[in-house]
Amino acid sequence: MEIVQLLLFLILFPLIPAVFMLLVGKDTERNWIVKLSALGIGAVLVYLLVTGSNKGTLYYAIGSEPIGLVMFAIEMAIAVFILYMGLRYRNSLVVALIVLQTMIMIAFEAMYAGKVEVQYNLFIDQFSIIMALIIGIIGSLICVYALGYMKHFHEHHPSCLDRRNQFFCILFVFIAAMFGLVFSNNIVWVYFFWEITTLSSFLLIGYTKTDEAIANSFTALWMNLIGGVAFSVAILSLATLGGGMMGLDQLLASGKVIALIPAALIGFAGLTKAAQLPFSSWLVGAMVAPTPVSALLHSSTMVKAGVYIIVRLAPIFQGTFSGYALAFVGAITFLLASGIAISQTNAKRVLAYSTIANLGLVVACAGIGTYEAIWAAILLIIFHAISKSLLFMAVGTAEHHIFSRDIENMHGLINRMPRVAAMMVIGIAGMFLAPFGMLISKWVAIRAFIDAPLGFVFVIILAFGSAITVFFWAKWMGKIISVTPDSENIEGKVDRSEWMTLVSLAGLSIITTFIFPLISTFLVEPFLLRNYGATAQLGQYNIIIMIMMLILLVVLPLSVLLPHKKHKHVMPYMGGRQTTPDMRFSGSLGIRRQMELSNYYLENIFGEKKLKPLGTYLCAAIIVIMLAGAFATGAFL
Amino acid sequence: MAYLKKSPWIIHYDASSCNGCDIEILACLTPMYDVERFGIVNTGNPKHADIFVVTGTVNEQNREIILNIYNQMPNPKAVVAVGICATSAGVFRECYNVAGGIDMLIPVDVYVPGCAARPESIIDGIVTAWGILEEKRKTMNTAPAAADAAAEPGPVVQEPAGGAQ
Amino acid sequence: MISIVWAIVFILLAPVAGGLVAGIDRRITARMQGRYGPPILQPFYDVGKLFEKEHIVVNETQIFYVICYFIFMVFTGALFFSGADLLLTIFSLTLAQIFLVLGAYVTYSPYSHIGAERELIQIMAYEPMVILAAVGMFVVTKSFNVSDIASSTIPVVLFIPGIFLGFLYVLTIKLRKSPFDISTSHHAHQEIVKGITTEFSGPSLGLIEVAHWYETIFLLGFVYLFFGFNPVLAIIAITVVYLLEILIDNTNARVKWQLALKSSWAIAATFGVVNLGVLYLTGV
Repeated sequence: MEIVQLLLFLILFPLIPAVFMLLVGKDTERNWIVKLSALGIGAVLVYLLVTGSNKGTLYYAIGSEPIGLVMFAIEMAIAVFILYMGLRYRNSLVVALIVLQTMIMIAFEAMYAGKVEVQYNLFIDQFSIIMALIIGIIGSLICVYALGYMKHFHEHHPSCLDRRNQFFCILFVFIAAMFGLVFSNNIVWVYFFWEITTLSSFLLIGYTKTDEAIANSFTALWMNLIGGVAFSVAILSLATLGGGMMGLDQLLASGKVIALIPAALIGFAGLTKAAQLPFSSWLVGAMVAPTPVSALLHSSTMVKAGVYIIVRLAPIFQGTFSGYALAFVGAITFLLASGIAISQTNAKRVLAYSTIANLGLVVACAGIGTYEAIWAAILLIIFHAISKSLLFMAVGTAEHHIFSRDIENMHGLINRMPRVAAMMVIGIAGMFLAPFGMLISKWVAIRAFIDAPLGFVFVIILAFGSAITVFFWAKWMGKIISVTPDSENIEGKVDRSEWMTLVSLAGLSIITTFIFPLISTFLVEPFLLRNYGATAQLGQYNIIIMIMMLILLVVLPLSVLLPHKKHKHVMPYMGGRQTTPDMRFSGSLGIRRQMELSNYYLENIFGEKKLKPLGTYLCAAIIVIMLAGAFATGAFL
Repeated sequence: MAYLKKSPWIIHYDASSCNGCDIEILACLTPMYDVERFGIVNTGNPKHADIFVVTGTVNEQNREIILNIYNQMPNPKAVVAVGICATSAGVFRECYNVAGGIDMLIPVDVYVPGCAARPESIIDGIVTAWGILEEKRKTMNTAPAAADAAAEPGPVVQEPAGGAQ
Repeated sequence: MISIVWAIVFILLAPVAGGLVAGIDRRITARMQGRYGPPILQPFYDVGKLFEKEHIVVNETQIFYVICYFIFMVFTGALFFSGADLLLTIFSLTLAQIFLVLGAYVTYSPYSHIGAERELIQIMAYEPMVILAAVGMFVVTKSFNVSDIASSTIPVVLFIPGIFLGFLYVLTIKLRKSPFDISTSHHAHQEIVKGITTEFSGPSLGLIEVAHWYETIFLLGFVYLFFGFNPVLAIIAITVVYLLEILIDNTNARVKWQLALKSSWAIAATFGVVNLGVLYLTGV
């Protein structure tokens, strides 16, 4: 098969199950279609990896005339739909933004569309392949997980109308749009897929139709529409600049100065989609949606689209004032969002802030834009996607058994739900412990920052941020593994499709760490070499050391299986007070009390109320400076 | 190897003592007597301690606490009752709110009388306890089950004592 | 570049050296307080005794975490002394420390729990400064490898005096010295009993003690890196630093965790920014 056919297949194929999803009536039919489609996507991706990864960058010319018209028509349909939703829910901001955006696009279509020359509409390189693997494998696994999860979800939420047909349909459309986004070379095409992801996320976040869900879906919508407006302005400005830069390849080849204005605008759109401060609240609000949606938004789609486009444009930003401003937005977001994560008790909010933080780090790397920084950014994208999707879904499964997503209620999960807890522990370890992927990536990022000019500021921010990260992950992990008195096993039967996804992702998170050198050598380094003329590597010794650590970490838990002599068990020290096995004791005046342990949340130092306004104003100011800088540079030079 | 002798860590519990003996025990830690010369450390944690130093008498409030601290100490362990109250309840023996000396609750290895006990005699008591610890260690290694059974207080003392009311 | 020999020497000798340092520390502390103090070999007697004692546990899994803590602490030190990457060594140290914290969490004991939370706060407090120290050394010597930094002829400390001072500040936390012995302490602090180590007894506690010895030697090795250009000076510096730590330990009351966290961060931020900024501006 030609590789171009594979690309088209990946973009179009998910639409087939999407249509089927609307038609199916029975759970079993849906299960089969989703699983077979996931298998199909996975198989094609493996084939693509084998055949395409050593070919460098390939461009494909696809007749753009009719497709362009179809896309424009669909864009208009989306605009009408969003306009209708905005009017129906009386959200004037959304109405204003969508009207503005549509007018810009109509203007572009009327005045420039005919003159724009894009030789190649599709392309593929190693970075696209990496993104496709993340979208395809993790995205399909999430769909499989959703089969079981949504069934339980509707059992637990009888008030919520069962619209699973639409739900699965949108999931597949979302995945198709993401494939389109990472394979498109034509920026107008990128924009088209970009808008579809905005719409899909809006529909998914509002799935339950509760007041909160609708409010949060509109937050997501208007924030992403701001990005959309910026994107459309970028397209318009690209068209006015002569139209010869509408392909990503042409834009990157055009030289920094001219490209900076559209790049900064698209970068700004990326910031909104990647939920960087001050646009973080949509992603935090998005957690009202069912868990598979959160997992999808946080790991493989949506936010990754934001950082993807920024990383793509990184060569333009490198060394410019705007690039540094962009990096600062990312770095500050990383620091503050990590801090806010400490103060959250809701597991999904912790995950949300951690996502925002890690994306901030990716943006910081992309803003710096040296080859080492891009190396770090791509690794962060890969490992974050795996661990974060695993964590979201483990939390989702646990929630269906303990009826809470509060970390405080997850005490002793290791005994109450041993298998799910083990998955959660692997996910958390993957997020912050050596030698797992995320930590390798942070390490690489430190090295990248040091070598960059002015990088020491970023190193300092990263040093603080990663210390904060250790705190909130470790205390959560401690909560899960503590052996509590009420440790009755309530795991029961975890749904098979949920379980399959969790195990696959846990396995992936360990395996990718093992084969990290291979990923780096065969996928990331060729990409860097081609685009930056240089590549970064980890020393051979360091790889050996990390593999040793990983082997230790995998082997040591097995020691529990070894026969060992039983030790004498005593109660925890309670100051000598007589304590019952379920940790009740008589307190002062003989009142019976229950011993309860709660984690530190350090509200006074890291509270959301303190840090978020700070971050919002700071980052908003820097974004303004970034755009102003880009315009100034673009106008004067 | 007889490391126990060289590193006896104590936990001190004030069982409603008048603080006379307690002050003398703290005096042992001061530069004047400096028991750390012998490796003695006041741990404040039964799980780290080898020697349980008790002052005061048993009553209904502290009965379970004494038992808990004792039970949470790892073997081999020794108990040193410091002061006349701890050894026999002294002048408070007949009080309505006093059950008796520490040995009515847990096996006491060394009795250090005095009101208050002098630091010299407290140190002497703890030094005596070393030898007992060492003996207990030997029996613990040869017959751990027997040592455990001997060390654990019988069920009789764990029940609420009706006689004290 | 990586020297297995040094790693093995560390694994074999560090407990001896670390125990001696602890013994001398206790003796000097006693003298500072006007006491005579225990024998120099007292830490070895203590650990010997702990291994003779009965092993009581709250639950079986806590032993697993302590063993992991020990193994990774030894691993960290061995990495360091074999001359491996300094950042990787620091991450390995964090991993080891996390295992101890998890070991305290699993017991579900109030005192251990507070100790674990405070230990995490301590990690959060010292980690930025330690990373910045490694970064500072990289900027000066152009290498992250301990072997290169240690054998560098550049007087590292003269280029990063601010970072050195900042490192000394957090070293007090790492060595569990007052005023920053907030998660556990060798002295009796009744309000948290023994904090993070409360529920560990006998051999487990012995293992933790030995791990501390390994850690001490690793940390003193870290101090060496600042003075690697002159080994004699380095040994003197290590001695002076440790004596200074003992003096601080004996002259300061314990602070609250808020102050520990904020002051360490303030120092890391100020000294780190100023020192790295100056290095950057002067183009070193």
